[in-house]
Amino acid sequence: MPKPAVSMEKRGTTIRFSRVKNYVRQPHIVISLILLVILLIIVILPFAKMIEDSFVWQFADTRLSRNAEPGGLTLFHWKRVFASALTQNILFRPLMNSVSTSLSVSLLAMFIGSFLALLVSRTDLPFKKIIATMAVLPYVIPSYIHALAWLNLFKNSRIGGAAGVFQYLTGITPPDWLSYGYFPIVVTLSIHYFPFTFLLVSAALTSIDSRLEESGEILGATRFHILRRITFPLVLPALLSSFILTFSRVLGTFGTPYFLGTPVRYYTLATQIYSNIINRIPSVGYILAFVLIIISSAVIYINQRMIGKSKSFVTIAGKGFRVTETPLGKLSYPLLCLIILLFIASVILPLVLLVWQTLTLYPNDYSIKHLTLLFWIGEANTVFAEGEAGILLNPAIIRAAWNSIKLALVASVIAGFLGIFVGYAVVKGRNTKLAYAVEQMSFLPYLVPGIAFGALYLALFSHRIGPLPALYGTFALVALVCIAKNLPFTGRAGITSMLQIGSELEEASETLGARWITRFRKIILPLSIQGAISGFILVFITVMRELSLIILLVTPETRTLTTMTFRYQEQGYTQFSSAISVLIIIIVVFGELISRRFGKKNGI
Amino acid sequence: MERSIIEVENLTKVFGAVVAVDNVTFSIDKKEFLILLGPSGCGKTTILRMIAGLEIPTEGEIRLNGRIIFSSKKGIFVPARERDVGLVFQSYALWPHMTVFQNIAFGLKVKREAAPEIEKKVMDIISYMQLEGLKDRYPQEMSGGQQQRVALARMLVSRPDILLMDEPLSNLDAKLRLDMRAEIKIIHAQTGATTVYVTHDQVEAQTMASNIAVINRGIIEQIAPPKTIYNRPANLFVADFIGSPSINLIEGKTESGEVDGRMSVRNEWFSLKTACREIPAGRSVVAAIRPENISIVPSEGLNTLPGEVLTILPSGPETVLRVRYETYVFSLLLMQQVTLSPGQKVHLYLPPENILVFDKETENLLPLD
Ligand SMILES: Nc1ncnc2c1ncn2[C@@H]1O[C@H](COP(=O)(O)OP(=O)(O)OP(=O)(O)O)[C@@H](O)[C@H]1O
Ligand SMILES: [Mg+2]
Repeated sequence: MPKPAVSMEKRGTTIRFSRVKNYVRQPHIVISLILLVILLIIVILPFAKMIEDSFVWQFADTRLSRNAEPGGLTLFHWKRVFASALTQNILFRPLMNSVSTSLSVSLLAMFIGSFLALLVSRTDLPFKKIIATMAVLPYVIPSYIHALAWLNLFKNSRIGGAAGVFQYLTGITPPDWLSYGYFPIVVTLSIHYFPFTFLLVSAALTSIDSRLEESGEILGATRFHILRRITFPLVLPALLSSFILTFSRVLGTFGTPYFLGTPVRYYTLATQIYSNIINRIPSVGYILAFVLIIISSAVIYINQRMIGKSKSFVTIAGKGFRVTETPLGKLSYPLLCLIILLFIASVILPLVLLVWQTLTLYPNDYSIKHLTLLFWIGEANTVFAEGEAGILLNPAIIRAAWNSIKLALVASVIAGFLGIFVGYAVVKGRNTKLAYAVEQMSFLPYLVPGIAFGALYLALFSHRIGPLPALYGTFALVALVCIAKNLPFTGRAGITSMLQIGSELEEASETLGARWITRFRKIILPLSIQGAISGFILVFITVMRELSLIILLVTPETRTLTTMTFRYQEQGYTQFSSAISVLIIIIVVFGELISRRFGKKNGI
Repeated sequence: MERSIIEVENLTKVFGAVVAVDNVTFSIDKKEFLILLGPSGCGKTTILRMIAGLEIPTEGEIRLNGRIIFSSKKGIFVPARERDVGLVFQSYALWPHMTVFQNIAFGLKVKREAAPEIEKKVMDIISYMQLEGLKDRYPQEMSGGQQQRVALARMLVSRPDILLMDEPLSNLDAKLRLDMRAEIKIIHAQTGATTVYVTHDQVEAQTMASNIAVINRGIIEQIAPPKTIYNRPANLFVADFIGSPSINLIEGKTESGEVDGRMSVRNEWFSLKTACREIPAGRSVVAAIRPENISIVPSEGLNTLPGEVLTILPSGPETVLRVRYETYVFSLLLMQQVTLSPGQKVHLYLPPENILVFDKETENLLPLD
């Protein structure tokens, strides 16, 4: 009880203080606030730091300009990117290359994916079930591994290094356009991304009631007419969506254009960011990353707007649809052969090429009599591969494998838990500004392509910030970037599962006297874990095959399998890079199969 | 004098632009069974959740057993888990990953009671609620009625002083609802727990409550025992909301000049004598009479109106009649089967002592004497 003597003014402050205290006594508010701080550090701060660094002279800049005074403010880097003699090379050409490859890949992938989807969900094609399952595999294999396989096949000897299988078998030196640059980038990435369109369009097709199509048929329309006038408009949103999302993903892809483009100086924005940072002009790299983020955000924003508008359109019929199968007749077997060819080209052939490469004793000698298992199980020997042991015995690779697994485990568990907390904070605090802020901020990393996100982290964590030591070179930093980048997925999954659980189950335990920690352990966690597990596995696989996100951040200590592949490939040890690729494929396909067993998948 | 167990003062809850509960004040005595009754969206659940501590009120004060558990002025908020209030949700909110036994035992485990003690209490309540043989089932494997019992058992096992129930019977079929009503009444009698019960079923309210609070758009319109609510509704909303078929309303102006000091209500067709104290003539009022208070009489007399039968709806022992006189259609509820037919002319008798008069402007009941 306040004493009567207490002045009004003083009472006013106690009241306000207690209000704050009441507000803060709600656990979801506390969690929101903690999340907000975490998100500020792992999402907002790197971005701010990157912008700041782009305006500051760096030490390395003294090589580029006499006026450079490290630490001072300058517009030098912005001018260099946007208004200098180098603009053409630094910005325009890579930008054009990025846009042209992205457009071509999106179109090609959309065409292959939707054609396959139409065949599988609307015709009597044989082996449809198996085809539908297999069609996802090219997407499971990391895209840069397709690039490596391409090189194993079509590499020519002009650039230096060993030639590929094609030249070995035919004796013809493949022309540069076939070995490197635009053409192979588009082909390999299309092969990688068509499953994405396939999944989206299949989902749209199966959710459309084919009675809509039948009613057209009853009115006397031809099959083709129905396809064009009824089916096509209905799947259009899914088509556009897959086009736009593929576009934004290709735009941010690093590995493939690096392996296939850089040898002939064919740069994209992503590879340009990398080489600027590696060549110690980080500020220019940051500005390019900024450009990439802006474009990719704009593209995703357009997509969100479109989905928002057309959502009601796609889900008209919901359940209870029936599907009429168009008989393919004579076309049936030619089409099946075509699909098998596609499957061979996208899955079997790359695998065969990779495995074959790992067995060659000399890089350009693919003959049977010179095949060897040395690169898998060879002892370290100074006469061979500069004394490196086969990958299954090589301590460096075993350590990288262990790093990869550790990284994927740590990132998926922490990102998964953070996702549950995000879901809890957002759903409990519905309609409050705080919850909205948490939701939006946790989604931000989705807008940032992997290589740019890595650049952001490099900008922030290469020096110490306040009490935090410089994290560059530590496992923690690599883990942190993987956690942040995957938060949009686990956060979404968390929100969905919290919405399904509802708030009353927790409240019921609250009225029975349970503390928050008990409520979380006994009610919230057991109920949301089921939904979270498929999210865990998804993140695990994603991190297992992650290259562009971490390539700027790993050091010899923190190497993973993927970055080892990258280094070996750079140094020309294609047998090693291929062998590790095979290892990665085995792990991710295995992970994919496990996640299938857990049923529902949370997006891609 | 014994203190009220629950005291609510000037309680207000605002959600964005919606005032869900508007300056509500009431108190509940020990062992009382208060029913919150009102149309959908009027704020019943919100009041209950604020008492339970699941919603932070915007303004006001709540006391349980004299202890302040919420006060916006004093800056006090006691969280739900420290209030010792039992709550049954409309959805039951049973935990799908726990068996019946685990659901019921949860509250005791949280209070760290000894295992044998828990076992005994849970088994007692399981047999009391006739849930034997279901203790290892999961909620999804039971019928609605069984789930309802588990929800009740889960609340009762820790013997809270105060029970809050939010439409606990609304998901059950009619027959089961009747049985459970009786059961809840017995539980209330046996435990003597002060109970606040939410429903929008007025029959449920009439049969179970010791007091009813009629709520409309976040405001308590009247709080009184069921009989009073029915016979002396405080205002037109309560009069109209309670009773089925709904009460007959007749607009008119007051008339005076009679010797006995009782007012009459006149409109352009007829004049009705009432038992209300006289007030100045010419005030706009609404007279109201319950359908079962109107009777059919053989001949004209005081307060009788000639009418024509429109429809006859027999339902078991009762009959609902609709009778037209000029522009008025009266509902009658007769406790008998009748041999009338549509179009037939009848005389309606509206006894003065059963006529309620409301001020048209304030909508409040005018005093009877
Ligand atoms: N969390 C919330 N956010 C915003 N508005 C709310 C919230 N909870 C309730 N309301 C609003 O407050 C008002 C009262 O809701 P309440 O649930 O208390 O009604 P009710 O009387 O229990 O209705 P019913 O009989 O339908 O259960 C409604 O207009 C509702 O829309
Ligand atoms: Mg309600």
